[in-house]
Formats: sequence, C-alpha cells, structure tokens
Amino acid sequence: MQPIIKRTCFTLLFISALYIFVQAQTDIDAIMMAKSNFCVGGTFSHNSWKNYWEGTFKRDNQNLGTVSTNMYMLMGNYAVTDKLNVLFNLPYITTKASAGTLHNSRGLQDFSLWLKWMPIEKKLNANSVFSLYGLIGASTPASNYQADYQPLALGVHSNTVSGRLMLDYQHKAFFATASGTYQYRSNITIDRTAYYTTEIHLTNKVDMPDMASYNVRTGIRTFHVIAEVFFQQNKTLGGFDIRKNDMPFPSNKMNASIAGVHFKYTFVKALPSLSLEAGSSYVLHGRNVGQAIEYNASVFYIIPFSHKKVSPAHSCKLCGLR
Amino acid sequence: MRKNFFIMMIVVAGAFIYSACNKNVSGRTDNIAPLNPVSEDIDAGKWKTVLLSRPDSFVVVAPPVPGTPPYTGDLNEIKGYQQNLSGDAISKIRYWGAGGVLRWNEIMRELVAKHNLPPYQNEDGTYPIPNSLNPFNYPQFPFSNAPFSARAYAYISAAQYDALVACWYYKKLYNQPAPYTVDSSVNAMNGKTTLPSYPSEAGVLAGVTSELMKLLFPTEVANIQNKLQDEELATIQSGTATRTDVKAGEALGKQIAALFTARAKADHAGAAVGTPAIWASFVTATTARGETPWYSLETPQRPPMLPLYGNVLPFLFDSVTAIKLRPAAPFSTGSSDFAEQNQAAYNQIKNPTREQNRIVQFWADGIGTYAPPGHWNAIAAEDFIKQHYSEVRWARNMALLNMAEMDAAIVCWNTKYHYFNPRPTQMMPDIKTLTGIPNFPSYISGHSTFSAAAATILGHIIPANAGTYTSMSEEAATSRFISGIHTKMDCDSGLVTGKKIGNYAVLRAMKDGAE
Repeated sequence: MQPIIKRTCFTLLFISALYIFVQAQTDIDAIMMAKSNFCVGGTFSHNSWKNYWEGTFKRDNQNLGTVSTNMYMLMGNYAVTDKLNVLFNLPYITTKASAGTLHNSRGLQDFSLWLKWMPIEKKLNANSVFSLYGLIGASTPASNYQADYQPLALGVHSNTVSGRLMLDYQHKAFFATASGTYQYRSNITIDRTAYYTTEIHLTNKVDMPDMASYNVRTGIRTFHVIAEVFFQQNKTLGGFDIRKNDMPFPSNKMNASIAGVHFKYTFVKALPSLSLEAGSSYVLHGRNVGQAIEYNASVFYIIPFSHKKVSPAHSCKLCGLR
Repeated sequence: MRKNFFIMMIVVAGAFIYSACNKNVSGRTDNIAPLNPVSEDIDAGKWKTVLLSRPDSFVVVAPPVPGTPPYTGDLNEIKGYQQNLSGDAISKIRYWGAGGVLRWNEIMRELVAKHNLPPYQNEDGTYPIPNSLNPFNYPQFPFSNAPFSARAYAYISAAQYDALVACWYYKKLYNQPAPYTVDSSVNAMNGKTTLPSYPSEAGVLAGVTSELMKLLFPTEVANIQNKLQDEELATIQSGTATRTDVKAGEALGKQIAALFTARAKADHAGAAVGTPAIWASFVTATTARGETPWYSLETPQRPPMLPLYGNVLPFLFDSVTAIKLRPAAPFSTGSSDFAEQNQAAYNQIKNPTREQNRIVQFWADGIGTYAPPGHWNAIAAEDFIKQHYSEVRWARNMALLNMAEMDAAIVCWNTKYHYFNPRPTQMMPDIKTLTGIPNFPSYISGHSTFSAAAATILGHIIPANAGTYTSMSEEAATSRFISGIHTKMDCDSGLVTGKKIGNYAVLRAMKDGAE
C-alpha cells in the first residue's frame, strides 16, 4: 500500500506570556508532509497586554501602559519521510511599552528545531483514522539578548529540549488532537552578580524551572481548509511569584490558560503549493504573565524536491489520495 | 529508520533528564573555607571605637576556670554534640565557620533585597507609607531603598565593630583558651587558632546584630533570632567556644547595640519621609530660584524618596561638614549647557550596545536588590575573604566602608533636594531608560557618589586593588549615563563628591590604631 500523500505546513501556537515569553511555534498539529517536500513560510504576529498577574494579584501598570510585541518569523519544514518531518523556525522580535520610561528592545530570539515522527497511523474504518505522534524539539538563543530585562526582554535566553506526545482522531471532516509537552530549560547567566527570588542568590546563574503544557484542539480539517479552536494550559514546574510591585524575573512561575482559534486555507485548484493561515489567542487566566491577546497571519509555500509528480497539498487524512 | 529514530529519542530524553537533575545553582560563598586569620589582632581592644567610650564600658565578668565543675559541664555539652552531629549541623558549622561578620553581612544584604520594594498605590492614586509602629501591615516597614539601606549597613557594621573591639579587649584580659586547647578530645571542626575564646566573637556578633534588627527590620526579628541560635549552636558544636563564652558574648553585644539604637532614634532618619507640605516646598523654592523643579516620572506621581534624608547625622563628620561637602550648583535648567547635557543623554540612548546594556544591568541595583551600598559590600566581602582577616578586622573594614556609604547617601541626598534638579527624561521625554528610573532628583548621581566613596576606602584597605576599585566606580558612574538615568554632569560631580567622603573614612582608618 502506498502511503497517503499528505503535505502541509505546520500551524502555530504562541504561548503569550507576560514578558513576551513567546514559546515560538511549537509544532502542535497532527499533520505530516509527504516525503522530500520542503515547506517554507513567514509569520507575523502581534501580541499585547495591559493587565497582568503579580502572583495571583491582577493589576495594570501605568508605568508600562500596554506592552506589545511584534514577531516576524521564518519557518520551514522538510519531510525526510512520510513519517518523519524536520521543522525549524527563527523569530525576530520587537517589544515596547506604551507608557513609562523603559527602553524598547529588538533582536533575534531563539532558533528552534523539531523532529516530528508519526509511528502509528491506523485507519479504523472508511471514515475514521487514528494517529500517534512523538516530537522532540530543541531551541537555543540566536542572539545575545538580555533575559533579565523583563517585561521587555525578547525571551528568557535558555536552551531548551522538549518532548511531546500527540494523539489525533479524524472522522470525516471532524478532527480532535490532544498533546502533552515537557520542556527542559537550561540555567541561564544574567548580567548582575546577585538576585533575590524568595532568598538571595549570590551568583549570576539562574536555575530555570522546567515547563509542562497540554493542548487540545478540534474543528474541521478537509482537503483545502482547516478551522479549529484550541485550549492550552502552560505550567511552570517551580519558579516563584512576582511580589507586589516587584520587577518580574526570568525564573518566575509563569502559568497561563490560553484559548484560541486558527484557520488555514489552501489554494487547491489555483496554486496547491500555497496556503494562508491566520489565528488569534487570548490568555484567559494566568500567573506572573500578561493577559495577552495575540493575532497572527502566515504565508506558506511548498517546494517539491521529489522526482515524483507533485500532488496537491492537502491536510485531510481521509481523502485517500494515492 | 524507525528503530534508529526511536533509539535516538531515548538517548536525547535521557540526556536532558540527566542534565535536569544537575541544575542546582550554588552561590559564590556557599562553600568557602573556615576563617583562618593571618593575624588574630590580639591588641584590637585598643582600637578606636565609634560610639563606645571605653572598651570596658560594659563589664564582662571573669570566665569559669578550666577544670572547675562549671567549665567541665560546658565541655561535656560540646562533647555530647560532637558524638552525633547531623549533616545539617555540620553544614551550619561550616557555614558560620567562614566568619560571622561575612555571614551577617550576607544576611543583611538579603534583608535589604527582600524589603526593597516601593509601595503599591492606593485606589485614589496616593501612596501608603511604611510605618515602623505597624511594620507587618502593607506596605511592610521598611522600604529598604538605597539611602535606607546605606544607614542600615552602617549601623550594623559600626555596632559590630565596637562590640568586637570590646570583645577583643576582654579576650586579651582573660586569655581563656579555646575548648579544643583545654581538652584534646574536643574536635576543632573549623580548625584551631590561638585566639582566646572568652567572650565568644560569634556570640557578640549574634547579640549585637539581632538587637539592632529590632529597629531596622522589625518584621525579621523572629527570623534573625533563628539565625542567632544557629550561629551560637554551630559555634559551640564546632568546639570553638563554650556556651558560657557564647552567652557572655551575646550579652556584651546586646549592651553595645543599645548605644547604636539610641543614636539611630535621634539621628533624624525617622523624619526623612517628610510631609506633603514639605514636598511642595521643594517645588516652590526651586521655582523661586528660576529653575525647573524635579517631578516624579511615575504614574501616579509618587512622593520623592526620603527628601529629608540629607539631614541625617553622619558618622565620619558633623552635619555642618556634610553641607560643606555639597557640590556647587548644576548648570541652570534654562541654560544651553544644561540642554547640551540632556542632548548628550538622548544621543547616547538611541542605540545602546549589548555591552552597554551589560554594564547598566550589572550596576543597576534597583528595586528588589541589595542596593548600591549592598553591591559594594558584596565586592568588599568577596575580596576580604581572600585577605584572611580576623573577625575584628573584618568588622573594622566593613564599618569604614559602610560609614562612608551612609555619609555618601547623606551628602548626596542633601544635594539632590537642595537643587531639586530634573532628570534627563523629564526635560526630554524621548529619553527612554535601560533600567527603572529612580524617584528622586537627578543631581548628583547616587551610584556615582556611593561608588567613589566605596572605591576610595576600599583602595586604602587593599592598596593592591585600588586601581580596580577606581575603574569599577567609574564604570558604575558611566552606567547611569548610558542608561539614560543621569547626565554626565550628575555622574562626574557624584564621583568627585564620593571621593571626598571616602577620604574621611581613610583619615579615620589611618588613626584608628589598626594600621
């Protein structure tokens, strides 16, 4: 049996935390691209918040006003096989506060690489299919940006390694995906020689707590369109609360419950290699994060490196294109 | 392919789980060796004290004679502990063995950082003021900002110094050998010295420090009481001193603390917050001189930080001298020279480099930190460790440093509120800052004043490092210009003024009998 030819680009998820902690795109969708295709694309996203949580205390801050982040991201996905894809992305970020005196920042954030593997894809009957994915990701800062300039830092400047398990079920056009992620974060070095968390630390090294998250998403996935809603829960495994009127810090306990929508459209007949995506998310509740609203838009294009005939790109596990 | 990939996943997962178990961060002084002084400074009882009129102003009775039942009872207590020391007890023995002045200084820095938080505003846009009579109520007392902390470090250090001079006086007088010298079956867990053990310097430090905390950090009294018990128990368990040695030291320390508490209550710091009428009078007086007055750049506008701190009684000179040390007026706010100063700050802030940001953050010492005086305490402490001073010399050097820092704060604050000079960002709102903007007038730079004062006295104490300290103080001053917080004029004048204050500490050092 020939494999089902599936080509698509990945969708995005922005974990919009208080201090522009954008855990830039995790690969969170249950779709593989077919062997020897390369997908490249760009994303723009805008994220802003006015209210934030110091620990559990929700407040605004007239010395920050609205903190906003723009992200311009280059992304790519290469299909080594039908069941193994390699993904990367590189975001350039600008941050600013609308009030107060703090200087803005800009620069490359973290380069990420993901290996996405689909060991199981099982057709249950003519109308439904179940699949299982395992992902490993790693990220490293792509510039020497300051982590200890929250909330206007570009990120937390940690090296990370992530593992993710994902389950997907599709029935006709309907689908549901659930995934869980564990992220290891390396310690970071900051520019000052001592800092206070819940005690004084006489060192420039910061123990970064690991993170865990789960994500559930559901909606419609067909040959040329995806329309989905999602919910994501982020949890920092350790870390500490920002005290009242204190400055935030990279190793804060940053938790967030995020809801969002996402759309994808592929020009199946006119230009099957081209797809457009758009989405939005909102932090419903959080801890030591900003109540961010985020919008994003992307363009993706697939370049076939295979000698085989190019088939239309699509996202439907059941179309049965062979 | 699939199998290989699976193996790879396991290897990668294993690697990161392994490294995840090795993330513990240790501090630079966590595991240092026990204090082993190059000299015991056995004649330190003759050194010039700060407030104590004579080293024997407070009587310490003669200790029990070794071989008598009370002394043997003390020895048996030590031997009993040493038969069964837990891991936790051993680590506390190591911790306190590195030196009481060092450890109490670190604890002080922790308390300053913990309490260095500006109060959150009231619903109506005013700000609550911490109240020492109701310290647990929000906002907790104190808000240990830079001037508050400078005074706290100075009182603790100066009191520790006077108390240890008295301690050394009695040590030489009674010449009581340490328990491990009297009885060779007592284990000297932190090594042996020839220093007489009565009264115990650890007990003195615990007593004097804990007593002053009641005034400076009233919400921490219970915490400090635990530290006192830890230090005293660790000292007894280490075989360095008996319970009698320690308790005599604690009693002496507490008596000497009372002298400093009495001074602190009368040094005018309690009135430093001012009143709304006083805050308004600065604006009126500055406007009357034809100058643009400073205003708070916070929203809602916050009252100026400790505007009457400039009236606090200094340690190294009198209040008249403090006013004489105030530098000449800055450029008039209407002058082209002043405009040029601000334009230079604006030009600098447009495109800061990563290295400039590093310098800014290294010296920022803003809210939630141990403040600029604490930073210089950290620099001093880590260099003093390498010098292997006796406890009394540690205390003397810390006292010189911190009296200079407090007096630097007094002269600097006196200058700030005398001229009430606006920040660069007030004059040019496009000047964005690389760290938080402080809530008090600009001229002269506090960081520059603190740093030059510290570098001057530390360069005298460790001449080999004098050049390094000067460079560091200049970098600290520069950090405030490149962050957009200050003009060059503020920083340059702060460095000149700080050096003058540091020289008063040098003068004292040359005459205190320790050199």
